Amino acid sequence: MMRYLIGLLAALTLGALPALAQNSGPLRIEITEGVIEPMPFAAPDFVADSAAAQEVSRDITGVIAADLSGTGLFREIPRDAHVSRITSFQSPVQYADWRAINAQVLITGSVRLDGSDRLVVQFRIHDVFAGRELGDGLQFVGTRAGWRRIAHKVADQVYSRITGEGGYFDSRVVYVAESGPKDQRAKRLAIMDYDGANVQYLTDSSSLVLAPRFSPTGDRVLYTSYESGFPRIYVLDVASVGRRALPTLDGNMSFAPRFAPDGRTIVYSLSQGGNTDLYRMDVSGGQSARLTSAPSIETAPSYSPDGRQIVFESDRSGAPQLYIMSAGGGEARRISFGQGRYGTPVWSPRGDLIAFTKQSGGRFHIGVMRTDGSEERLLTASFLDESPTWAPNGRVIMFTRETRGAQGEARLYSVDISGRNLKQVETRGGASDPSWGPLQR
Amino acid sequence: MNWAGKMGFTSKTVILCAGLALAACSNPDRFEGQAGLGAGNGGAGGAGMSGSAQDPTSGAYFQQAIGDRVLFAVDQSTLSNEAQATLDRQAQWLISNPEYDAIIEGHADEQGTREYNLALGARRANAAQEYLVSRGVAGNRIEVVSYGKERPLEICSEESCYRQNRRAVTVLTPRAGS
Repeated sequence: MMRYLIGLLAALTLGALPALAQNSGPLRIEITEGVIEPMPFAAPDFVADSAAAQEVSRDITGVIAADLSGTGLFREIPRDAHVSRITSFQSPVQYADWRAINAQVLITGSVRLDGSDRLVVQFRIHDVFAGRELGDGLQFVGTRAGWRRIAHKVADQVYSRITGEGGYFDSRVVYVAESGPKDQRAKRLAIMDYDGANVQYLTDSSSLVLAPRFSPTGDRVLYTSYESGFPRIYVLDVASVGRRALPTLDGNMSFAPRFAPDGRTIVYSLSQGGNTDLYRMDVSGGQSARLTSAPSIETAPSYSPDGRQIVFESDRSGAPQLYIMSAGGGEARRISFGQGRYGTPVWSPRGDLIAFTKQSGGRFHIGVMRTDGSEERLLTASFLDESPTWAPNGRVIMFTRETRGAQGEARLYSVDISGRNLKQVETRGGASDPSWGPLQR
Repeated sequence: MNWAGKMGFTSKTVILCAGLALAACSNPDRFEGQAGLGAGNGGAGGAGMSGSAQDPTSGAYFQQAIGDRVLFAVDQSTLSNEAQATLDRQAQWLISNPEYDAIIEGHADEQGTREYNLALGARRANAAQEYLVSRGVAGNRIEVVSYGKERPLEICSEESCYRQNRRAVTVLTPRAGS
């Protein structure tokens, strides 16, 4: 596993540029608003000190632009519309030239390659109409091979300075890569950048694998595998790709595992005698504690970010609905009351919302509701949408969409919690069961 | 009973894949070709499928003449009269053929979430297991496994396919230690 050396250095102290204008308020996108006119930005190639650096610069600015445009909140002004070129990172920016093409945000930067492998990227974000920098300039240092991570980090800075939300571009997703016909589908675990780049396979497809879940720091993955002939829970170390089966209780089927925020405890489903209940155990091994004991199905558990509660799916009322109970088990309260069947609840990392799958009127939806079940909002509708996962900032949801019929295939999609910006995530071939990891450090 | 032969191979292939390279398992032509051979093809887990369907002690006979599967209504794990009749025959056969054990695979159609369907498949497999035990088959001869919606038999997205996929299939295995 490649380790990237990225140092976030102190803000550049290169002398503040004079403010040229004081019109308009601060540059800002409120992403809770309904309809958004994407904010136009310009991202000219970062200034490079060599031909090799020029190549990296073009790649980096391309990824920055793709990250920002991909949110649906920003719109890149094409390079051929630019009337000014940035030839020196240090020189004052001619804001009038960027105002002339209606760029509201300008990202400038420099790229330097030290030796063969060390990449140094500096950048500044400009509020063009205010004629000043938005926050401080920053420098990232990494390896040349790690250029994508640096680009994502720059884009995260732009995104969070303008939206006031945490970024999510420098993050990874673990998922199930699928191939082969529907009745003989081969599945294996894969990990990729949030945008589909840098795919790495973590298992071969000799055994059916399901529903991987990142640990809170992204260093480990819990998943279900049929390696033994029966569904069992495994934990895999991402760096070494080493894996081991967890010693779940007697009874030969365990599945739907998920980490607690402490990264040590897990909650999962165990089927015994046809009955599926929730259990908790320490991931380092040891005792399982039973959390539910009802004759109904209890599955798809997910912890609240403070680790005190668990939201899960149960058909104790007759059809699958969502419930919340204490992390130690005990009485559960039902939170879903709409028409239809609810499943796979996932607590937002911000704690405010629960994403879920809803089956209603022959269609599947991804939706969100508040933790008391109020303000239910359906974000998608299709033949089969399921398995939502949250971006680290709690603003975007990725999920599985499967098309119908004999040629049906699963793909990953993402959507804002407003329901806007539904789009497919690029993967080679079929993909399902995404789990979005944390923002990388 | 075309589907019966195909299912036999599907079950078997799951086991095969544990030991073989990916290519063999993901090649649809190979899959189709061997499915055509029906239950007689050998390989891992194939002991249960060996022999001629004319031989009443063979796995092929169990699969085709006895009937190796029962079907369920949407979301249900209740055994219909027809399912009970099939399981009665399975029980008698298993009692007369003690050289075999069985794994009951529970399956669901694609209309549901992955997790719920795993739990539902477990219910179905367990319902079949309990019925066989109630008819005199030793409990320690039967294991259960759920595949949820992961291994559909029929792949159209219509009820005609879904009803074939909501199933519990009794797959024979050689008796442990024999």
